[in-house]
Amino acid sequence: MEFIPIGYYLFFCTALFCIGVTGVLIKRNALMILMSVELMINSINLLLAAFSTYLNDPAGQIFVFFIMVVAAAEVAIGLAIIVVIYRTTHSIDIDILNKLKW
Amino acid sequence: MDLLITLIPFFPLLGFLILGLGFDRIPKKLTSIIGSGTVFLSFASSIIIFFHLLSKPVLTTSNQIVIDLFNWISFHGFTVSFSFLIDPLSVVMLLIVTGVGFLIHIYSIGYMKDDPGYNRFFAYMNLFIFFMLLLVMGSGYLTMFIGWEGVGLCSYLLIGFWFKNQEFNNAAKKAFIMNRIGDLGFLLGIFLIFLTFGSLDYLDIFSRAQGMHPGMSVMTAITLLLFAGAVGKSAQIPLYTWLPDAMAGPTPVSALIHAATMVAAGVYMVARSNILFALAPVTLVIIAVTGLATALFAASIAIYQNDIKKILAYSTISQLGYMFLGLGMGAFTGAMFHLITHAFFKALLFLAAGSVIHAMGGEQDIRKMGGLSSSLKKTMWIFLIGTLTIAGIPPFSGFFSKDEILSAVFIQSIPLWIIAVAGVMMTAFYMFRLFFLTFKGKFRGSEEQKQHLHDSPQVMMIPLMILAVLSFIGGVINLPAFIGGPAWLYSFLAPVFAGSVSLMKVPAITPGPVIEWLLTGISLVCVGIMIFFAWSRFLKREPEIREARVQKAFLPRLLSHKYYIDELYDVLFVRPLLSLSRGFHEIIEKRIIDKLFDGIGNLVIRAGNTIRYLQNGHVGFYVFMMVAGIIAILFFNLVL
Repeated sequence: MEFIPIGYYLFFCTALFCIGVTGVLIKRNALMILMSVELMINSINLLLAAFSTYLNDPAGQIFVFFIMVVAAAEVAIGLAIIVVIYRTTHSIDIDILNKLKW
Repeated sequence: MDLLITLIPFFPLLGFLILGLGFDRIPKKLTSIIGSGTVFLSFASSIIIFFHLLSKPVLTTSNQIVIDLFNWISFHGFTVSFSFLIDPLSVVMLLIVTGVGFLIHIYSIGYMKDDPGYNRFFAYMNLFIFFMLLLVMGSGYLTMFIGWEGVGLCSYLLIGFWFKNQEFNNAAKKAFIMNRIGDLGFLLGIFLIFLTFGSLDYLDIFSRAQGMHPGMSVMTAITLLLFAGAVGKSAQIPLYTWLPDAMAGPTPVSALIHAATMVAAGVYMVARSNILFALAPVTLVIIAVTGLATALFAASIAIYQNDIKKILAYSTISQLGYMFLGLGMGAFTGAMFHLITHAFFKALLFLAAGSVIHAMGGEQDIRKMGGLSSSLKKTMWIFLIGTLTIAGIPPFSGFFSKDEILSAVFIQSIPLWIIAVAGVMMTAFYMFRLFFLTFKGKFRGSEEQKQHLHDSPQVMMIPLMILAVLSFIGGVINLPAFIGGPAWLYSFLAPVFAGSVSLMKVPAITPGPVIEWLLTGISLVCVGIMIFFAWSRFLKREPEIREARVQKAFLPRLLSHKYYIDELYDVLFVRPLLSLSRGFHEIIEKRIIDKLFDGIGNLVIRAGNTIRYLQNGHVGFYVFMMVAGIIAILFFNLVL
C-alpha cells in the first residue's frame, strides 16, 4: 500500500495554518476569528497525526484526542463570550471593542 | 564547682531578661528583689569560688580553672571557644564587681525609689553586671571584647537614662564615641595578637610569650594598641573628657560604672596581659607617663570645679592615672591593690555624694551647700572616711595602696616620685575643699532646701556603712612588709604576675624599711600641709568673698574651664568633621546620589509615558503584534 509522503502533509498543514493566521489578522468579525483559530488548531492536529503514523508512535494520536477535547471546551467558552458581547453591544465587530486601554 | 562558675554571669543576665521583658508590669518591690537578688547570688558564688581557690596551693598553675562552655567560632584551624578562666586575678575582680555591685544595687532601691524608670534602671544595671563579669571571666581576648563593648553599651544607656534631657543624651553619645576611638585600638590589637600568636586564648598566648625576647617591635605595637583601648575605657589623656560628662547619669551609675568597675577595666586588661606589656618596655614607659600626666592634670582640674559629682569624676580620672602609673612601673599588684581600694572608697564617696544630692533636692553645686554636718551627721562621717581614704591618711586603705605605687615609682625614678607626690597633695587639697565646702561653714542654699535636709533612709545608709568599713579596713589585704604585714595580695596574685616579674628584671632591692618610713613620712607631711591649707582657705574665711577674685586670675580661670580641652577638641575634631560631612552632604549626597536616583525615577516615568500609546485597545492590533512577535522569535531561533 502506497502512503502519502510526509512532505505533502507538511505543505498542506503549513498552508492551512497560514490561512488561519491570515484569517485572524484580517477578519473583523469575532466569529470568523474564532473559526480561523480553530483552523490553526486543526492544522496542528493533522500534523501530529501524520507524524504519529510516520514515526509509528501512537502517542501523537493520543495527544490529538486531548487537544480536540480541550479545543471543544475552549470553543464553547469563546462562543459564550461572543454571545455576551453581542448582547451588550449588538455587534461582534472587534474594532468597536477598544475600551480596554490605559 | 564548674556549674557554679558558669552560673555567676548568668544570674544577672536572667535578672535583666526578667526585668527587661516584664518592664513596667513588675511591681517595684519584686523588681528590687530580682535586681539585687541576682547580683547577690553571683556575689555568693564568687565568695565560694574564692575560698575554693584559696584552698589550693599558691604559686602553681593549679589555681587556674578553665571552663569551656561551647565552641564559638571554628574554621580553617582557627578556633575560638566561649570559655571562662578563673584565676586569682579574675576572682579578685569578681568579688569587686559583684560585691560593690550588690551594695550599689541595694543603695539604688532607695535612691531611685520615685523614678518612673525604676524597672528599666535595674534591668540595665543587671545587664551591666553581666557584661562586666563576661569581661572579667573571659578566657580570651574575644570574650573580653564582648564584655568590653557590652559595658560600653550599658554605660551609654545609663548615662542617658533620663533621656528626656537632650544634654544628658549628648553626654551619653560623647561617652560612647570617645570609647569607640579606644575600642578601635583594642580591636586592632586583638587582630595583631591573632596574627602573631595564632590564638586568642590567654593561656596559649602567655605561654608562647614567655619564650620571647623583650623589645620586639610587634609586641610594642600590640601593647600600644591594647593600651589605646585602655585609655578610652579608663579615661586617660587624651580620651578622658567623656568621664566628667558621664556624671549626667543617676548617681549609683556613676558609682558603679564610672568609678568602681567599668573604668577600671582598662587597668584589669593591662594587668591581665602583663606578660605582653613586660615584653614591650617602651609601652610601659608610655603608660607610666600617660598615667602620671593624667593623674596630675585631672587633679588640677578638680581643684576648681564646683559640681560635687564632677569633682569626684576628675578625682576618679586622677586615681586611674595612679593605677596606670603603677602598671607602667611594673607594680602590677600595687595597681590592682589600688583598683580594689579605689572601688571601695570611690563608690563610697559617690554614694555619699548621692545622699547629699538626695537631701539637697537634686542640687549638685557645692557653692550652694555648706554646713550640712549638722543635719546629715551620718553622711558627714561616712564622707569624711572616704575623704581620708582617698587623701591617703593611715590607717585607711587608700594610704597603703597609694604608698605601694609611690614606693614602686621611687625605686625607678626619684623625679617621677616627686611629681606623683605633688599629685597626691592636690588630691588631698581638692578632696578637703569639697568636704569643707559641703559639710562645714554656713548653709548657703535656699530656706526650702534647709527644711528638707535629712539623712537618707536605711536602705541607702547600710550599703554606705559597709563601704565605709571596707574603705577603712581594706588595707589589711596587702599590709606592706615594712610595717610587718604579710602582703597577702602579693602572694595571692603572684602566680599571675610571675612571668612578667622574671622578664622585667625589676630591681629586686626594696628601698628598705628606713627609706620606706621616710617616704611615707614625707608624703604624709605634704598631705597634712595641704589639708591645713584647704582648711585655711575654705573654712576660716567665707568662701563667697573668694569666688569673685578667683575668676580673674589666669590660672584659676584656665583650671575652672578644664584647660579648655573640650573647646580644643571641638575646634580640632568636631567642627572639621561636621563641616566635612556638611560638604559631603551638599556635594556628594545632593549633587551626585540624589541626582542619580531622581534620574532613574524620571527615566521610568518618561518611558512609561511614551510606551503607553502601544496599548490602544484595538484587538486586531494586539493580534497582529502577537503574530509579529511569534514570527520574530521563530526568525531569531531558527534562522540566526
